[in-house]
Amino acid sequence: MASKVMMPKLSPTMEEGQIARWLKKEGDTVSMGEPLAEIDTDKATMEMQALTTGVLRKILVHEGESAPLGQLIAIVGEPNEDINALLSEAETAPAPAKPQPAEEPAATQPQQQPEANGNRPAEAAPVPTGRVLVSPLAARMAAEAGLDLRSLQGSGPGGRIVKKDIESAISKSQAPATVQAFPRAVEAKTFQQPAVAAASPYRDELITEIRRTIAKRLVTSIGPVPHFFLTTEIEMDRAAEMRRNINALDPDLKISVNDIIIKVAAVALLQHPAVNASFQDKFIRYYEHADIGVAVAIEDGLITPVIRSADQKSLSQIANEVRELADRARSRKLKPEEYTGASFSISNLGMFGIDEFTAVINPPEAAILAVGAMSPKPVVRDNQVVVRQMMRVTMSCDHRAVDGATGAKFLQTFKKMLENPLYLVV
Amino acid sequence: MPTITIREALNQALREELARDESVFLMGEEVAAYQGAYKVTKGLLEEFGDKRVIDTPITELGFAGLGVGAAMAGLRPIVEFMTFNFSILATDQIINSAAKMLYMSGGQFKIPIVFRGPGGSAFQVSSQHSQAIESWYAYFPGLKVVMPSTPADAKGLLKSAIRDDDPVIFIEQERMYGNKGEVPDDPDYLVPLGVADVKRPGKDVTIVARSLMVPVALKAADQLEKQGVSCEVIDPRTIRPLDIDTIVESVKKTNRVVVAEESHPFCGVNAEISAQIMEYAFDYLDAPVKRVSGADAPMPYAKNLENLAVPNLEKIVAAVREVTYSD
Repeated sequence: MASKVMMPKLSPTMEEGQIARWLKKEGDTVSMGEPLAEIDTDKATMEMQALTTGVLRKILVHEGESAPLGQLIAIVGEPNEDINALLSEAETAPAPAKPQPAEEPAATQPQQQPEANGNRPAEAAPVPTGRVLVSPLAARMAAEAGLDLRSLQGSGPGGRIVKKDIESAISKSQAPATVQAFPRAVEAKTFQQPAVAAASPYRDELITEIRRTIAKRLVTSIGPVPHFFLTTEIEMDRAAEMRRNINALDPDLKISVNDIIIKVAAVALLQHPAVNASFQDKFIRYYEHADIGVAVAIEDGLITPVIRSADQKSLSQIANEVRELADRARSRKLKPEEYTGASFSISNLGMFGIDEFTAVINPPEAAILAVGAMSPKPVVRDNQVVVRQMMRVTMSCDHRAVDGATGAKFLQTFKKMLENPLYLVV
Repeated sequence: MPTITIREALNQALREELARDESVFLMGEEVAAYQGAYKVTKGLLEEFGDKRVIDTPITELGFAGLGVGAAMAGLRPIVEFMTFNFSILATDQIINSAAKMLYMSGGQFKIPIVFRGPGGSAFQVSSQHSQAIESWYAYFPGLKVVMPSTPADAKGLLKSAIRDDDPVIFIEQERMYGNKGEVPDDPDYLVPLGVADVKRPGKDVTIVARSLMVPVALKAADQLEKQGVSCEVIDPRTIRPLDIDTIVESVKKTNRVVVAEESHPFCGVNAEISAQIMEYAFDYLDAPVKRVSGADAPMPYAKNLENLAVPNLEKIVAAVREVTYSD
């Protein structure tokens, strides 16, 4: 039987995709799982795989054209099968968006018939990934309890989440909540496994009333994520020296100061778990590892590839990964799981000679560190004016999750370690 | 309270209403001299005479029309169909005259008539004489449709139907005439139309069953109780007007529903109940509503096939286990 090929959802925020290249032409055989086309999403160029085996009978959306999620873009079927029914269905769908609409005369527009077809893509939209099966009752109970359905495993047919799954999730999430009444335990935290492979495990702690009130009041003051900013100046001579010494050992390592900043931030975050967190409306999520998002400028925007568990990685590993991810980010080849789900981000504009700046938090992370340029400055040491390599950093914090003193203590540790990078090996 | 059969309970209702109101009269095939094909009208000719208990020729369309005319003229006829299979011949009078007269006469003619008789599956009488057609009549605005499942309900509902000013289709179950139960002997004992009855309270699943399926559902509930599943059994008793409120309240508590009927599944009363539950209790459902219906085929004559065509205890138990995710 002929089957429809729909525009798939290839990134979490994708609403439409542009066909970059068809990897098969009409008449070619395709087998399930084989790459069929390359699609430009809002974030990257992704491969679309065939979901069925057969012959690519008809391409409906051509290279350079765009289509919304769920729109029919091609038909795969048997070599001699009658596909007229599917073709006529495609004709009633909205015409694909041409890349050069400005030059097209307005008179050719009426064929789009938005009135009759406005709802079609949304109706069709069989999104292959991310569909949660849940009974209406369970969906309502989860919403009332503030549970993320994606974090639950359904016990019903086909993995449907049903009432008893929600009840057991609620009783689980309430058990630790009562423990939280005691002063915070230092060890023996249990972490949940995240949906994105390799992302840091986390634990959710229900927020307290006072935290809820703080959150509500601050949001009314400054928008959905109430930022505040902490700036400090860091003496970088020892970090710079360490970098020189390491690279002298092996010039191939090519460790940058930014790699050291990533490593130090990750280690400091583990000492200040309150900053390695995200505010989630009804609870605050604390991460077990520091997954550091590194802002990379690309041609038409920026993207933050994530160094997973940077606290556990060596400087050379971090350096290699940053280089490799940044290269692929610039050629728009990152997969969604490589640029989502960080626990903390770093943005460095030092290479542009910026002395200091403030960065905007990438929600739902609780903080982002804006790093300025390192430059020689006169400073006072032991009552003497001396020249040191100084660097200013500003941390933007989500005040719903992080208070001033909490952020300041983290920065204090960060500064201490960066000024004496030997701490990394202590 | 005396324990009597459904047959006797219906007989009492007819006798009491014939005695209470002189405008009530009874007609149909074999209702008088033969005392009813199923003996529901036993003794009534002797007691009330041949002006009020009348044998008709085998002309369903004719005497149904006679009944509608009598109702327009101010009497309260009770028309017995030997079975509801034969009412199919009278549908023009029932649907086009009785159901619509009040509306089309601008309220000038009410039609206080009861069409009653046995319906549903019987034993080995094959396709034409063994069918449940309540959904046909429930489809039409202007008709009320009643289906009792116990002697007490049969008596109280039939008395209410006779006193009601609208045409009422009153379907007795052919297999159930001998079922026994306690019945109040108060001559003013009435069961109101349009009110469902919770035959058994429970908390895990709601079984909505009517007529023949009520005793089957109650047995299924007993068996499921032993498996740790608590069933609430609701008998709507009146198909139209349907007491959806009682059903929805139950679903809000149990979150799962099985609807059971012996009629065909397509466009049946189960379909209507399922749709209303979806409309009014969607956010309370933990599983799709599960229908248990008769086979989507004419009733077979062969005993073994007939047994497969009518829903039984095992089918209801399996449906309950499915919606409660018990397997």
